[in-house]
Amino acid sequence: MQAHNGSSPEERPHDLPQRDVVGGYDEESVDDAGPLVRPYVIAQGRDHADTVQLDMISVVIAAKRAEVDEMALEPEQLRILELCRRPQSVAEVSAHLDIPVAVVKVLLSDLLNRGLALARAPYTAKSPVSRDVLQAVLDGIQRL
Amino acid sequence: MASKDSDDAQAPVPAALKILVAGGFGAGKTTMVASVSEIAPLSTEEVMTEASYGIDDLSGVESKTTTTVALDFGRITINEQLVLYLFGTPGQERFWFMWEELSEGALGAVVIADTRRLETCFASVDFFERRGVPFVVAVNCFEGAHTYEPDEVREALSLNPAIPVVLCDARERESAKNVLLTLVNRVVEQMAA
Repeated sequence: MQAHNGSSPEERPHDLPQRDVVGGYDEESVDDAGPLVRPYVIAQGRDHADTVQLDMISVVIAAKRAEVDEMALEPEQLRILELCRRPQSVAEVSAHLDIPVAVVKVLLSDLLNRGLALARAPYTAKSPVSRDVLQAVLDGIQRL
Repeated sequence: MASKDSDDAQAPVPAALKILVAGGFGAGKTTMVASVSEIAPLSTEEVMTEASYGIDDLSGVESKTTTTVALDFGRITINEQLVLYLFGTPGQERFWFMWEELSEGALGAVVIADTRRLETCFASVDFFERRGVPFVVAVNCFEGAHTYEPDEVREALSLNPAIPVVLCDARERESAKNVLLTLVNRVVEQMAA
């Protein structure tokens, strides 16, 4: 059957259920919906001295010229450095190495503090994307 | 180690963006992610706290509970500076606490509507509306499922007329691309507004 037309109402199995609008779209309130503001601010990506605040999609790359003292690191950290020769998100590291995200964050945090890896925080409501970035995204999707 | 390494400058670290793909169980979230991702979709387990559920500050931490949820995601490398991640987001209301964390900083969301069980996407629509996260509704046209016109779906969902509703086949890359392009264009529109 043609997907876009040709089905008359009587041959349908049921009418579509109707969503109740509760506190959702309301024409009057559209303009003053206000900006998305995070409830807390992560200063410089850190919340205290030695813990780096990492997001699921913080992107990490192994520092290129760092001298790695293998004895000082956990085996998992060496695997992370190996994997992160190419940029990977925290979520990808977790999935590829089969280590829970929370553990990856701790291991990475240590690598970052040792200067063995670099991380970049993702775009957030605090650092919204520019028009140029959006255009790049459109071009990138188009190329797929 | 290759000697040329010592001359190479540190490669820039790309920034990441995310788009959420929400919808009820079996609506086609992971299918859509897979059809556009450059990698086979990965799965990660995230421990999520329920503290933020229904409250706006973190004063309720003493009562927080944690839940482990598996998330499927895919990746699209936009260029050297930019990577886009697509996260399949469980649509059930009991996962709301997780959406809070996932939706933070998201570029936008695709709500996949399965007209066989349209009510399974109501919670997602409610959530993104309330949060002001830009979204589009993609009506997944399953084989054998009765299809409805986009306007009928729009009406059933009581959508803002500006929110795009597109028909799609989540298995088809071109179709999934079209959904994503519609979303990003919607983000551009909203930004200009």
